[in-house]
Amino acid sequence: MSNTQKNSRKVLVLGATAGLAIPVCRIFAAQGAHLFLVARNAERLAVVAADLKTRGAASVGTAVADLDDTANHASLLTHALNALGGCDVALLAHGVLWDPAELDASFAKSNALLQTNLVSPVSLCMILADYFVSRHAGVLAVFSSVAGERGRKANIIYGASKAGLTAYLGGLRQKLDREGVTVLTIKPGPVKTPMTADIKGYEKFADPKKVAVEIVNAIDKKKDVLYTPGIWLVIMFIVRHIPERIFKKMSI
Amino acid sequence: MSAKRHFESWGRYPAYDARVIPLQWAADFPPRDLGSGAALPVGMGRSYGDVCLLKDGNLLSTLPMDRLLAFDPATGLLTCEAGVTLAAILDFAVPHGFFLPVTPGTKYVTVGGAIANDIHGKNHHVAGTFGLHVRRFELLRSNGTRTLCSPTENPDWYAATIGGLGLTGLIAWAEIQLKPIVTRAMDYTGIQFHGVDEFLALSKENSGAEYTVSWVDCTSTQKNFARGIFMAGDHAKTPGPLTRSPEPKLSLPFDLPGFLLNRATVGAFNALYFNKQRKPRVQAQVDYEPFFYPLDIALHWNRMYGRRGLLQFQYAIPWEHAREGTIDILQEVAKSGLASFLAVLKVFGDVASPGMLSFPQPGVTLALDFPIKPGVSFPLFDRLAAMTQEFGGRLYPAKDARMTAAQFQAFYPQWQSFEKYRDPLFMSSFWERVTGKEPTL
Repeated sequence: MSNTQKNSRKVLVLGATAGLAIPVCRIFAAQGAHLFLVARNAERLAVVAADLKTRGAASVGTAVADLDDTANHASLLTHALNALGGCDVALLAHGVLWDPAELDASFAKSNALLQTNLVSPVSLCMILADYFVSRHAGVLAVFSSVAGERGRKANIIYGASKAGLTAYLGGLRQKLDREGVTVLTIKPGPVKTPMTADIKGYEKFADPKKVAVEIVNAIDKKKDVLYTPGIWLVIMFIVRHIPERIFKKMSI
Repeated sequence: MSAKRHFESWGRYPAYDARVIPLQWAADFPPRDLGSGAALPVGMGRSYGDVCLLKDGNLLSTLPMDRLLAFDPATGLLTCEAGVTLAAILDFAVPHGFFLPVTPGTKYVTVGGAIANDIHGKNHHVAGTFGLHVRRFELLRSNGTRTLCSPTENPDWYAATIGGLGLTGLIAWAEIQLKPIVTRAMDYTGIQFHGVDEFLALSKENSGAEYTVSWVDCTSTQKNFARGIFMAGDHAKTPGPLTRSPEPKLSLPFDLPGFLLNRATVGAFNALYFNKQRKPRVQAQVDYEPFFYPLDIALHWNRMYGRRGLLQFQYAIPWEHAREGTIDILQEVAKSGLASFLAVLKVFGDVASPGMLSFPQPGVTLALDFPIKPGVSFPLFDRLAAMTQEFGGRLYPAKDARMTAAQFQAFYPQWQSFEKYRDPLFMSSFWERVTGKEPTL
């Protein structure tokens, strides 16, 4: 993509007030992109929209929506794509990380997490995939997680939601690649965001600004899978290759 | 509920355990899970002593509140949240041709912190304090009220919050009047001086320069007593680059052993620094980064002082006793044999500070720092604080860890009328120390 194209590109962001969406959007804004932001909380959304407009976005549209409500996805996306006047990049950033002990103890809570982290993005991707295929262009960038690489007792349900999402995106990529559409699976390691603020070791987590730069680079280069920071590619390679009979005894 | 952790200010002394609660949005205040403790907003934690600490309390980190809310490129009026750093403002504003109205010696402070300490810079003699350029802000109180404060709307809350050490409530956002520049470059003049009288004469002669500050060698005695370099600067007038600064690469990754900074090494540094400028007068064009932020190139430079940290001392003595006070205090420092690595001398102008508890006042200000050596540096501090009081001066809360309650109350007799503006939930270790108050909750 040339710089002029990059500068005026149209970006749809779902879950725009998420800790990692904001620094990514700031890079797009500074490049002068057109943005359309969707989030659940109107007050937060207004603050983020003001920030991105101030930082140089060519235009910032917003819609308040609860993305758990899959029945609303079709009309929401129609409205967003019309308002944006097309779409070059769709970024799916919504997701939740709740206390694993509470999740393990409650199916209702686990079900709600799976709805937000897996069912909702699948529903959105199905609609956006159709749109991008019709144009034979576009980047569908979706936040999954390194936690989806292998089931661990430390976060069974969250890991399962991200494993499901990663698998879905892998399948979708194979299908859409031949249509000229890019599917980028973003797998961040632990990053300093509000979502992770209470987790032990927070001080050592990655800087969201640096992670955001890597994400935008991956979008520009139409990458398939991004581990960010890059060291997680190596770490997860090792973690994936530990035999299950040993892994099940471990506490990582 | 987040766990308690060790929290230290930039001076690393004192350091207390506290729960750090990040505030992502204005609506997160007041937090629901405070337990029984008092609270204090904190930004980058770059003040030196205990104004940004609250022992066993809740530190409300404003760093996630880092959004720019509006900017008018025609006037340079910027609206931003309290957790935005001055570094972030420069990154944003310089390419638009605007600069901070007032900046301290580091850009790694937040807007909230800059207001709470009503910071000053090298242009104090013409521009006054930071608070003077804050047009308006929103103050959130723990009882749920949100108050717009400006010189005309709720002016008493405006005055109490500027320089109010973060105690009047949480600043959600502020409007700051930036000033236009045409280039990153600064026209710099460095002039060697010997003694306080030469410093005062240079300050007077060069009062037309927008920025003035002096580095002073306070280890030398006799003919080299109070030698230094007077530095004057102006934003260059010829249009030039307005690019963003690169990210700092250097960081001091570990604590240096404390003994490394002693009289011999600091004395050698001072001689080197003084003689680095070979001619009595040097003129050059320099970038704004080294001019304003010579120490910011190495993140965590405070680790240079070792694990025990450093103690700052900064006074403002009114004109009446400014000359004799400065001479006597510099002599006391030289006599003590303690080495101050960074000694900064400046004339404060007569632009009135807007804050009720603002530190700057017309006269002379001197900032020193010493490695913490309880048996040696503390008695010197206590002597210097007593001398400051004798000369009718006062000390800067943002750089203090030692002044007594009696001294503070003599320096800032208005503290009692300030008390009624303090948020009942808010407290700092500094305020407990200088007012003898226990946390109210």
